[in-house]
Amino acid sequence: MAELICRTLRDGGLEGEQAPALSINDEIDCSLGFCVFEHILLQLCSFVSSQKSSAKHCVGRVSRSPLYCGKLLKKNGVDVAGSSKWLKVLDWFTDPLCWKSKLGESGTVKNLPLATSLSVTSCKSIKNKDALLSSILELGKEMSLYGKGRFIVGMDSVNEMLRHASIIPVSSLINTLRSHDKICSMFWLLHADLQHPQAISALEYASTMKATVEPIVTLADGLMAQSSNPSLMEQNLRRGKLFIRIKRRNGCVKSMFEEFCATNSGVKFSPVSSEDIITAQSLVPSVQFNLQLSEKERYKRGKVVLPFEHQGNGAELQIYNGRRPETQCGCIDKGSGKIIYLRDSDDELADSDEDPDDDLDI
Amino acid sequence: MSSFQYSNPLEEAVDGGHGGGVVILLKDCVENSGRFIIHQLLKRALLPQSSDVVVFLAFAQPFNHYDRILRKMGCNLSVQRDKRRLLFIDIFSDDTLDKGNRGTGDDMIIELYGKVHRAVEDCGSRVMVIIDDVSLMELHSNSSPSLVFDFFKYCYSLTVQYGCSVVALIHSDVYSKEDHPSLLLQLEYLVDVVINVEPLASGLAADVHGQLTVTRKRVGDDFSESRNRVHNLHFRIKDTNIDYFYPGNKN
Repeated sequence: MAELICRTLRDGGLEGEQAPALSINDEIDCSLGFCVFEHILLQLCSFVSSQKSSAKHCVGRVSRSPLYCGKLLKKNGVDVAGSSKWLKVLDWFTDPLCWKSKLGESGTVKNLPLATSLSVTSCKSIKNKDALLSSILELGKEMSLYGKGRFIVGMDSVNEMLRHASIIPVSSLINTLRSHDKICSMFWLLHADLQHPQAISALEYASTMKATVEPIVTLADGLMAQSSNPSLMEQNLRRGKLFIRIKRRNGCVKSMFEEFCATNSGVKFSPVSSEDIITAQSLVPSVQFNLQLSEKERYKRGKVVLPFEHQGNGAELQIYNGRRPETQCGCIDKGSGKIIYLRDSDDELADSDEDPDDDLDI
Repeated sequence: MSSFQYSNPLEEAVDGGHGGGVVILLKDCVENSGRFIIHQLLKRALLPQSSDVVVFLAFAQPFNHYDRILRKMGCNLSVQRDKRRLLFIDIFSDDTLDKGNRGTGDDMIIELYGKVHRAVEDCGSRVMVIIDDVSLMELHSNSSPSLVFDFFKYCYSLTVQYGCSVVALIHSDVYSKEDHPSLLLQLEYLVDVVINVEPLASGLAADVHGQLTVTRKRVGDDFSESRNRVHNLHFRIKDTNIDYFYPGNKN
């Protein structure tokens, strides 16, 4: 399912349509959204560098160190030195508010540049939406030959944009990028618990795919509960569940579930394990009466022969008439009196309209 | 962090062992103050056999307070300051911060960052930046939480560029009732190690004063699996030292 997302971003939208956009959401309980973001970034870099994508280039807007990005790409076998032809990094990490530049100009600090093999451009316009848009489009244009070729845009933290601007300009920027004919596709990471629900909803509307990272183990509320379960917390630091929603053109929404594990060699995806099924069963509310039958009870119920049930096995049909046949009677007491009562009719219903006490003169 | 032999489980839990910078967020509450960890980390960084330098941003107490406490623990801060192993920036009495013309909170924060950046840049050894504490920093600088977070992010960028470490103390109960996304949550996403100091889960005890939960997330370019670890430790505060031990293993 993660591969489906990567392929969708790789192929981009059809001509005249808005570019597909993926929103990766996570929360602090399982903050592995960045692992998923890295996985998708590496997959797309692989497609673009091997020219298997309709997009020819990537522009990444990063709020982590470009040094880290370079090491990540190198670790995964990407030729970092040659990546400048197809990958541009807009650096939001080193000096987004120009503090270092100002201090450098005043002589307070030296403001040495970062040494990296990636093609990095410092972002000085984090608060200005139009300048940001221009920076992204300019970087994409730099890489394309004769202005041709689409590119993919990745943003590793929309939260940084939302810290400095309201949701309206941020949504407007995303929609403008999606509408641009040079943009193949977009994807971004959003820490949902850092934003108001309105902002999250607005970004959801701007996306065509949403991948929500959920904890593999749900902890109880409260710090004390968390600190008493370190092993459960560790699980959530390494594993998570990915809930993917894809909006189709015809309006229907396809939902998929997948588990993933962040390892040293990358992110591994797998179908939802049966442990979750067991967990779901245990979520049935406990009540005072038994809703289920055990195996033994099912077997005994199957053995009960119902009245008037014809087994059709060739044996003589026996209809239960409320008395045992004479052949099955015990010994006949010859010397004493006995009362033999024969029912008037086998068809007589127990609940007859006739009152049996009618003949009594009371 | 220093690469010496670990002297207690807390150092082992916190130190990544990869020699690079690490950003630690220390969360405490009214019931259990986390300042003793600040004192311990300060003492460890200023050990005679270490060449580390400490930049200490004090928003809670003046220099004399820390000096008295560290003397009891066997560390003379005045001597370390004279040896230029300790740069103590006291927000109350620091003459180098232009108090008369502080301008806005933005200017003060940027000036403060400039001092930290300069100290890290000029120092040839590893630097540890200690902030005590972030909650008071927000008050004294009269600035927004967003600006304080920007300051922290800029300090974080120094850890990548110069390999320094940052340790910041924050009071979690100050931010617990907020109805909007808090500075605490933003910092938790950013940092590498979170140390949560809280009362003992099982209640009060005479010989155990509280518990720590140390959460190490994936750090920077260290992709090793040993990063994602959670340690639960108990501690006992003595006069001159702190005992750390795993639950049920006091010895």
